[in-house]
Amino acid sequence: MDPFESIKATFFQECEELLTDMESGLLAMEQGDDDSETINAVFRAVHSVKGGAGAFGLEELIRFAHVFETVLDEMRSGKLHLTDEVAKVLLRASDVLADHVAAARSGGSVDEGRTVGMIADLQGLIDQDRAAELGLNDDGDSAAVEEDFGFVPVVLSLDEPATDAPEVDVAALMAAAAEPVEVDEAAAPADAAPAWRVTFRPKAEMYAKANEAALVLRELARLGDVEVALDASAVPPLDQLSAEQAYLTWTIRLSGDKSEAEVREVFEFVEDDCDLEVTREGEAAAEVAEPPLAADDDASASAVEAAAAAPLDLDALLARVSAPAAEPATPAAPAPAPIAAAPPPAAPPPAQDPASMDVAGLIALAEKASQDHAQTQSAPAKAEPKADQKAEARAAAGPATAATPTIRVDLDRVDRLINAVGELVIQQAMLSQRVFESGLARSSDVALGLEDLELLTREIQDSVMAIRAQPVKSVFQRMPRLVREVADMVGKKVRLVMDGENTEVDKTVIERLSDPITHMLRNAIDHGLETPDEREAGGKGIEGTVRLAALHRGGRIVIEVADDGRGINRPRVRGIAVSKGLIAEDAVLSDDEIDNLIFLPGFSTADVVSDISGRGVGMDVVKRSIQALGGRISITSEPGKGSKFSMSLPLTLAVLDGMVVSAADQTLVAPLSNIVESLTPRAEDVHLIGGRDAVICIRDTFVPLIDVGVALGFRDTPLPPASGVAVLVESEGGGKAALLVEAIQGQRQVVIKSLEANYQHIHGVAAATILGDGRVALILDVDALVTTSRRKAPRIEKRMAV
Amino acid sequence: MTDTVTQGVAQRRELIAFRIGDQEFCVDIMSVREIRGWAPATPLPRTPSFVKGVINLRGAVLPIIDLGARLGLTTSEPTARHVIMVVHIGDRTIGLLVDAVSDIINMSDDLVQPTPDVASDQVKTFVKGLFALDGRMVSLIALDRVLPETEAEAA
Repeated sequence: MDPFESIKATFFQECEELLTDMESGLLAMEQGDDDSETINAVFRAVHSVKGGAGAFGLEELIRFAHVFETVLDEMRSGKLHLTDEVAKVLLRASDVLADHVAAARSGGSVDEGRTVGMIADLQGLIDQDRAAELGLNDDGDSAAVEEDFGFVPVVLSLDEPATDAPEVDVAALMAAAAEPVEVDEAAAPADAAPAWRVTFRPKAEMYAKANEAALVLRELARLGDVEVALDASAVPPLDQLSAEQAYLTWTIRLSGDKSEAEVREVFEFVEDDCDLEVTREGEAAAEVAEPPLAADDDASASAVEAAAAAPLDLDALLARVSAPAAEPATPAAPAPAPIAAAPPPAAPPPAQDPASMDVAGLIALAEKASQDHAQTQSAPAKAEPKADQKAEARAAAGPATAATPTIRVDLDRVDRLINAVGELVIQQAMLSQRVFESGLARSSDVALGLEDLELLTREIQDSVMAIRAQPVKSVFQRMPRLVREVADMVGKKVRLVMDGENTEVDKTVIERLSDPITHMLRNAIDHGLETPDEREAGGKGIEGTVRLAALHRGGRIVIEVADDGRGINRPRVRGIAVSKGLIAEDAVLSDDEIDNLIFLPGFSTADVVSDISGRGVGMDVVKRSIQALGGRISITSEPGKGSKFSMSLPLTLAVLDGMVVSAADQTLVAPLSNIVESLTPRAEDVHLIGGRDAVICIRDTFVPLIDVGVALGFRDTPLPPASGVAVLVESEGGGKAALLVEAIQGQRQVVIKSLEANYQHIHGVAAATILGDGRVALILDVDALVTTSRRKAPRIEKRMAV
Repeated sequence: MTDTVTQGVAQRRELIAFRIGDQEFCVDIMSVREIRGWAPATPLPRTPSFVKGVINLRGAVLPIIDLGARLGLTTSEPTARHVIMVVHIGDRTIGLLVDAVSDIINMSDDLVQPTPDVASDQVKTFVKGLFALDGRMVSLIALDRVLPETEAEAA
């Protein structure tokens, strides 16, 4: 991949994490958490998205993120207070931001109207506090927070005391190391009356990118007292004026205790498109005289060399001396650290002799300071030298975000590892079987060693599966947005309560959870919950509650979607089912059976077919997709109180609970999720319809009896029913049938192996697996078997060769 | 892989020669992953007769094609003396059941003669060319045609 593209891909990956962080922060804020750390976290997330977007020139994303960020900044500085309304606007803004990111990623476009509306809403929030804001110059945030953002190509602040090292974040340092840093900063006297002279000359490009000088100046004004002088001398006479040119220059004198980094940050997004000079008041001359020193260029220069050069350029000396001192201790963040660490020197004496004395003292001072610095700095740098920068930056950002170090791994590699471990398990099982077959005593050394090996293999398998296990959080997190949108669309008030987000399940399952959950939530809001009016009339709060929960139960994951709505209207459901011909008019059904009618294909209870649900493709689709995952779904409902859907799924798709059966001398596996019961058929229960199609009577219901051996072509003559075992199965479509096999060998978890990978799909066979003896066994595709038998279209089957 | 034969460039290559019955065949050595002894295969339903079934190759499910049957030769039940050549065909891995692997041949492409017209269509499908080796005739097999084409054909 093109390096730029891969950086971009990383950016979008990070965006996803940032958006997730942001949303969880916002959700906490919606619950009334106005802790400054929460707000800061959200702000940081938006800010980082904006910053990254800036690097890739994603203008629309930047523009929106900027407004969003401004609002958050207002909150951060305490000017805008958290209210319910504010939180809701912010949540919707986060949705729009996510859309922007998605659009930038896929190259699509964003709904312009929505963005504009959202920006207006956000502006509305700002305007509420505009008056207050203009009156105040306080900036509620500390320099430390500013520096957490990583990507700003910052010149490190001279106001920082040298011992503040942990606040210097690694990413910022890397950025700084890459950029030429003006070291003369470090030498500026810290205790001088702080005032900045900023010359700001926008170029035409800046205006072309829809940036506005006034906004920048206003932003700058928030840092401190400003005196702005406009130099309009370049403006030509009106007849020569080109509307697309830039003619104006501002000179701003900013007083206030601010670092240059803070001042420059204001110009962050226009920096490339304007001429910008930021100078200390009264220092301009000195600055010009000293050439900027690239921070890491001279890192290897020896202190002796530097000392020789010292009398000539004190500032450069300081930088050189301190750089090598810190270098060995902080490999990840070499040069800029000492610059921040260099103590403010005394005013350089003019005479040469005393100067060299002072220089020696300064060197000592600088070294000491940079060693102190290096010690604090090297702790995080050494702890995880190979962890990605971001994690490191986070770790360095402060005690509040103590993230455990993580690495990104290609899923493909994990899958390969899992496959290999699967093979290891099988191989190990085969080996022990062979050893015992060879007649070795169970107490022999070999057998004991094998037992240890078995334990170890199990442990490896568990750990490997745990790599792929992920909390369902990643799916759940998308749901609040869905609920908001659906609720808006149907005009209901909904509160989503989520539980058990940290329940872990295999990644393959996670990916496929999203659709069924989405369906169930839509259904719960659209059909389950009443309108606010109806709720009020029913004596409930106008806000409906939908509860989404995940839990482990019996080696499976259970997802529950419960609403406190009206519950299932059983007479109506029954009526619809009868009118659609899904059940007979006089069918006797229990409440439970009626509830489950909604899973029948083509069933829809909605009076009005809406965009959200009600096209009659809802619940049966849900049921089918869950069954395809080897899961089950059920519903419990209480009229007037609400309904609860629970689906239970296997923790992984790589293994399957199966019943091992034998038919026509072959070992086959039937998925347990399809099996209802097994029984020994009595000869008198089996009847023939026509020549060869058999049915079996199970508790007065006739279901087709499928001889598996014959159906798969393993033999020609059917097995006498009484000598076999019938396994009653239910297909995903709801059809029942009894599979006739010779014997049931037991129940086992099997590892699913694809047949298509090396061969091709075979009708009636879902996949293959490898048994403990090393032989391949086929996993039955119960659906295909049942539907084939139901179609009663015996295909011309080639005899299989054995 | 083996298709480079037709390019007309006199390229030297190594081939693995094997026997089915009394005939000799060969395939490009680069497509052969390993050679192993016969192990009982799990038969697959609804497959052409030349598909012997599937075996477990270190955790992968490997279909076994009886190459003799595929070429229309008479074959006998496989025994422990038979050999499975594990070959790559495209992105698939399959096992070819043959009687014995006999030799590794080093030869150049320009020695390969086109299959004469006497051969039946079935043979022509799989045999890309012939060459003489010490007075014997060796047929070069086109592996990509060995698998059944579509699911419809197999069903």
